Amino acid sequence: MTQLTSAPEDVRRAEVVDPPRRRVALSGGVDRVFRATLRGAGLTVLALMGTVGLFLFVRGLDAFSVAGLDFFTTESWEPDSHRFGIAAVLVGTLLIASVALVVAFPLALGVALYISEYAPRRVRRVLTSMVDLMAAVPSVVYGLFGSTLLQWQGSDIPRWLSIQFGWIPFLDVPQADPDNPLSPTGVYATSTFWAGLVVGFMIMPFICSVMRESFTQAPQGEREGAYALGSTRWGVIRSVVLPFGRSGMIGGTMLGLGRALGETIAVAMIISPIFVIQPHILGAGGSSVSALIAQRWGSASPFGLGALMAAGLALFLMTLVVNFAASAVIARSRSGQGSDA
Amino acid sequence: MSIVEQELVGRVQPVTPPPAPARPARAVEVRRDTRSIKRTDVVAVLGALVAAVALTGVLFAQIAPFSGVVGFIAIAYPLFLALYALLVSLEENSLTVRDKVVSAIVHSIAVVAIGALVVIVVYPVVKGWEVLGYANFYTDDMSEAGTLDPLEYGGILHAMVGTLEQISIALVITVPLGLTTAAFLNETKGVFTRVVRTVVEAMTALPSIVAGLFIYASLILLLGVERSGFAAGCAISVMMLPIMIRAADVVIRLVPSSLREASLALGTGQLRTVWHVVLPTARSGLTTSVLLATARGVGETSPVLIAAGFTPYLNLNPFADAQVSLPLATYQMVSSSEETMQTRAFGAAAVLMTLVLVLFVLARLLGGREPGNLSAGQLRRRAKASTRDRARFTAPTQRGES
Repeated sequence: MTQLTSAPEDVRRAEVVDPPRRRVALSGGVDRVFRATLRGAGLTVLALMGTVGLFLFVRGLDAFSVAGLDFFTTESWEPDSHRFGIAAVLVGTLLIASVALVVAFPLALGVALYISEYAPRRVRRVLTSMVDLMAAVPSVVYGLFGSTLLQWQGSDIPRWLSIQFGWIPFLDVPQADPDNPLSPTGVYATSTFWAGLVVGFMIMPFICSVMRESFTQAPQGEREGAYALGSTRWGVIRSVVLPFGRSGMIGGTMLGLGRALGETIAVAMIISPIFVIQPHILGAGGSSVSALIAQRWGSASPFGLGALMAAGLALFLMTLVVNFAASAVIARSRSGQGSDA
Repeated sequence: MSIVEQELVGRVQPVTPPPAPARPARAVEVRRDTRSIKRTDVVAVLGALVAAVALTGVLFAQIAPFSGVVGFIAIAYPLFLALYALLVSLEENSLTVRDKVVSAIVHSIAVVAIGALVVIVVYPVVKGWEVLGYANFYTDDMSEAGTLDPLEYGGILHAMVGTLEQISIALVITVPLGLTTAAFLNETKGVFTRVVRTVVEAMTALPSIVAGLFIYASLILLLGVERSGFAAGCAISVMMLPIMIRAADVVIRLVPSSLREASLALGTGQLRTVWHVVLPTARSGLTTSVLLATARGVGETSPVLIAAGFTPYLNLNPFADAQVSLPLATYQMVSSSEETMQTRAFGAAAVLMTLVLVLFVLARLLGGREPGNLSAGQLRRRAKASTRDRARFTAPTQRGES
């Protein structure tokens, strides 16, 4: 267009009257059927995904109507005597997710930085595959590792933490006797801490891959600019890579949070369920919504199933909010990345 | 030629333009390599490591009442960082010291993560090694083996069959639906498409137990389907669908639009463009997305727990009665207090882990290529196809002449 600005008067006028053309008709026949099929598939998926909440709500309605608002404040879970609520399990879920994030965030950040900034090219590809593999390892394998090895062999960690940092209210273990070296290690097992640690390892690859993606997108020109100004590698990371990857970091962490909230089997294998709010994350016993469902499913009465559905709905809504927020943040971080033109 | 120069030649790096010939003959300036590891760096790391371990040992043995492996590491690691910083600061300025310390931290985190992965993958194999040697482990179910029976009795055939049937059902549902939806997301534009994409993205992290609950509430309670392998397969597919759609969507989006436009410009319709241009170009990535979603689906426990239930018997029919899968069998058997049952659980986990590894390696071998980046076989087939085409195009003219 710009070349035409110096064209003679009449040509320019012809240019003006020529309106932008539209495709009048999309190709018809087979293609119409094809597009209908595509729409149908989209609609099916939307219907499937959209009705998840609806079905849980309908099935959990009985339980909701019995418990009322007490559902959110009651700690115990005895649906058959109509005394049940998700206060304890919800707090437990959040505590496990917090521990998981505390573990996973530095790990994911370190691995993502290593892959995007430090690793040689060949190692980079291998490492990316290994992180992906870590995401594909079934949660029951993580659960096995945590429940049969880590929490018994590693009881030093919570003991050490509770002795050194017991003055922090979350980290003391009231049942334990630190002066007795022969005290049973059971008081440090089956705790929120171990569940959170294992879940942290499980969500690390998901956070890491989002972070890595946003780190590698930091523009090459600005990296080289920073180097040219005499920056060290850490300087480049601090002044170019991390600021550019910030929304990727936030979004990836929230994505990990969504996963940590919903993680079921590994948590169910590790914690022994108790239905009071348990703020001592190093002490035995804990709870989470998903573990509650998995552990109580087999022995629940029909009304109990409804109550578990209601708990599942609460979990679903919580993860949905977190995931929507996460994908919004990540989408914003990707907005600068155009597809090919 | 100096060592640095040899290194430079050996590496694939942006080459600096050769010095202009007009320049007076000066000593050729050697390009400085800022990244190469010098001997002092290695010595500093090793020295700091040894010093930290030794110092912590002294602390533990002589001075302070610390104990335990964890305490040792928790003290030795900060000591190592401090000593390393001290050693580096003898020669370098503070900027470099900070750089080196951060580098050390990042490297150690990477080592920890890789170590954790290796331990987690190898652990079930080591613990279940004993049972993996028995042939009956692969050919029997648990119907005749009690919890106290030795490893010569019983196996996990029922779980393997269950896993295979359930994942096949899930694949039959997810592959057509998932790939069509991925094509839908890329071939149409508008509000509806955006809504579907947003919902699918939000559902990628749908808790698997919620997928199980959903199938239980809809398929089992509403439609009256039995708790069975089929219901479990449906639950797994609800969980796999968003993962597969998302991965396939990303891959299809990478197909160069010039290819699509070329096809449309030749007068091809939308269906033929998608079928003959878009999907084949993205084939390797699509394979990867299917395989990775399968690997995730195979390992899911909670949908099967909710939708199929537990049984120790072999059940070949996925449409009736309870059917167990490998992860669910692992979950059930490890909760037993008997040593043999636990060993079987580790064996089942090892088999599951092997299955996932095979799927994963297949995904990496078959896929992982950029769209349009072809394998040797694909290139051969493509060359053959164009030879055929040439023969086809030239044939009518010859007939017309004769």
